[in-house]
Amino acid sequence: MQSFLNIDHIGISFDTPKGKLEVLDDIKLDIAEGEFVSLIGHSGCGKSTVLNIVAGLLRATTGGVLLEEREVTEPGPDRAVVFQQHSLLPWLTVYDNVRLAVDQVFGKTKSRKERDEWTRHNLTLVHMEHALERRPGEISGGMKQRVGIARALAMEPKVLLMDEPFGALDSLTRTHMQDSLMEIQARLNNTVIMITHDVDEAVLLSDRIVMMTNGPAATVGQILNVDLLRPRNRLALAEDAAYNHYRAEVVKFLHERHDKPRLVSSNPDAGRETQPLPLAANG
Amino acid sequence: MAATDLTDKTFELPWLARALDWLAGDDVNRVAGGLTNALLLPLLGIGIFLLLWSAGAAQVQTSLGQLPGPAQVWEQGQNLWEEHQAARERERAFHERLDKRLQKAIAAGDPEEKLERIRNRQYTGHPTFVDQIWTSLVTVGTGFLLASIIAIPIGIVCGMSAGFYAGMNPLIQVFKPVSPLAWLPLVTIIVSALYVTDDPAVSKSFITSAITVTLCCLWPTIINTTVGVATVDTDLMNVSRVLRLGWLKQTIKIILPSAMPMIFTGLRLSLGIGWMVLIAAEMLAQNPGLGKFVWDEFQNGSSDSLARIMVAVLVIGFIGFLLDRAMLMLQRRVSWDKDAILR
Repeated sequence: MQSFLNIDHIGISFDTPKGKLEVLDDIKLDIAEGEFVSLIGHSGCGKSTVLNIVAGLLRATTGGVLLEEREVTEPGPDRAVVFQQHSLLPWLTVYDNVRLAVDQVFGKTKSRKERDEWTRHNLTLVHMEHALERRPGEISGGMKQRVGIARALAMEPKVLLMDEPFGALDSLTRTHMQDSLMEIQARLNNTVIMITHDVDEAVLLSDRIVMMTNGPAATVGQILNVDLLRPRNRLALAEDAAYNHYRAEVVKFLHERHDKPRLVSSNPDAGRETQPLPLAANG
Repeated sequence: MAATDLTDKTFELPWLARALDWLAGDDVNRVAGGLTNALLLPLLGIGIFLLLWSAGAAQVQTSLGQLPGPAQVWEQGQNLWEEHQAARERERAFHERLDKRLQKAIAAGDPEEKLERIRNRQYTGHPTFVDQIWTSLVTVGTGFLLASIIAIPIGIVCGMSAGFYAGMNPLIQVFKPVSPLAWLPLVTIIVSALYVTDDPAVSKSFITSAITVTLCCLWPTIINTTVGVATVDTDLMNVSRVLRLGWLKQTIKIILPSAMPMIFTGLRLSLGIGWMVLIAAEMLAQNPGLGKFVWDEFQNGSSDSLARIMVAVLVIGFIGFLLDRAMLMLQRRVSWDKDAILR
C-alpha cells in the first residue's frame, strides 16, 4: 500500500564559499493520513529544512516528496505552513489575514457568504472570534499564533506543517496552545508534521516522534511510536509510566547518543532539555 | 474618524496646545516647562536671527543700495501682496468692461463673428508674485507626479529582481548626481524638437521645467523603493508562495504595504530635491514661476529688488517646508501602522 505522504530519501546540500555543505542526507519517512508526527533534534540539525522541502519552499537535491503519489514541486495551500514567527500581515486585521487565505483557496468554489462564514468558523475554532477587527500588533503572541493556525486550517490542507509553532511563547501560553491544538486535531483529524524542541510537547501531541541526528548530513536517527490513548490529559499523564518511558526515550536519544560532546559537562539540566542549544560550529 | 485625527495631528502646533493648556489652568510648572521648549526657544532663535540680520545688513552697501533688513523685507512682502490684489481688481474690471461691451454689441445686433472676437479677448496682465507661486507649485507638482509614476514601478521591479537591479544600477548611479543645470539645455532642445503644435495647451517653458524636475526627482524614489521592496520579510514572502498569490495580488497585498515607509522616504526626498531644482530650472527656462520672479528682480535692479528677492527666498523656504508636511500627512493617511512615529 502506498503511503499518504512519502518523504523519499531526500537529501539537500548548499553551495557555500567554503564548498558544498551537505545539510540533510537520505531522510526517509512514510506518514499516514491523520497522523501527527513530531520532528525533534538539536538546533541547526536541519529540521526546518525538512519541513521547507515538504512545503515546497526548498527543492531537495536528491530524492523527493510524494503527497498522495504526486510529487511536490512548489509551495501550495494543500501543505499549509504555520511559521514560528506567526507571519501575519501586520497591515491586515485578524479577519482579513484569514480571509485572504480563504479567498485565495476557495475564491472559485465558495460564494462570498460561504467564505465569510468559513473565515469566522476557523477563527472560532481557535477561540479568536472576539478579536476579528484587531490588527496583529494589537494582540498577544499566543493570539497571533492562534490566528496563524486558523489561517493554515482555513486552507483545508492535506498536511499541516508547523515550524516550532509555540517556540516563541511563554510556557503557560504554550500549554494552552498545545491543549487547543489537541482539541482541534481530535475534531478535524488533520495530518500534521510539527517541529519542536520540547520533549514534553512532542510526547503529548504526537503519534510518532522522529528523532534526527546532528548535522551536517543529518538523517533520521530513531522513530518512536507513542501509543497513548486519546484524548490525552497532561495532568493524568504526568504520573503515567508509559508517558514517562517515552519521555525518557527521547531525552536519552537527544542527550546520550546525539548530544554535542563538548556541551555534556556544561549542561547539568540535560535531563530536562527544552531550550534550544547554541548553534555549534558543525550545525 | 481616524482620518480626521491624523489630519489634526499633522498640523498640530505644540506651542498652541501648551498655551491652551496653560489658559485652561493646567499644571503651571509642567506647562511652563513645555512652553519654554516649544515656544520660547524657537522664538528666541528667530529673534536672534532677525537681530543679526538687521545689524549685518546695515553694514553692507551694494550697487542697489543698502542690503535690506527684516523691516524692508516685510514692507516689500506687503507691497507684493497689495500689487497682487490690485492686479486682481484690474482683471475683474477688465472682464466687467468686456461684458458690458458684449451686451451692447448683442443689443445692437452685431454679427456673430464680431461677438466671438469680443468673447475671445484675453486679459493680458503681468503675472503677480502670487500667480508665480501658483505656477511654480503646478510645475513642481507635475514633474514630481510624473517622476513618481515612473520611479515607483521601476523601484518595485528592481527590488523584486536582482538581475533587473544589476542592469539598472549603473544607470541610476551615473544619472543620479547630474545637476539640473546640465539637464536643462538638453531638455529644452528636445522639447522644442518634439513639442510642435500651433495651439499649445501648455507653454514649452512649463514642459521644460517640469521634465527637468522629473529627471532629478526619479532617483531617490527608485533607490528607496528598491530597498523597501528588497527587504520585505522572507516569512511574508513564503506566506505568499504557500497561498500561491499571483504577482499583482502579491504586490498589492504584501510588497506595497511592506515597502510603503521606504517609498515615502524616497518620495519626500524627491519632492524636496524637485522644489530646489525647480527654482533653478525656472530661472533658465523662463517659466513664469518663482525662479523667474527672482531672475527678473535681479535683472530689474531697482532699489526694492533685493528686498523682493529676500521675500521670495523666505516664501520658497516656507513652501518647501509645507510640501514636506503635506507628504507626511499623506504618509500618515496611507500608513497601516498608525502608531509609527513619523517625522
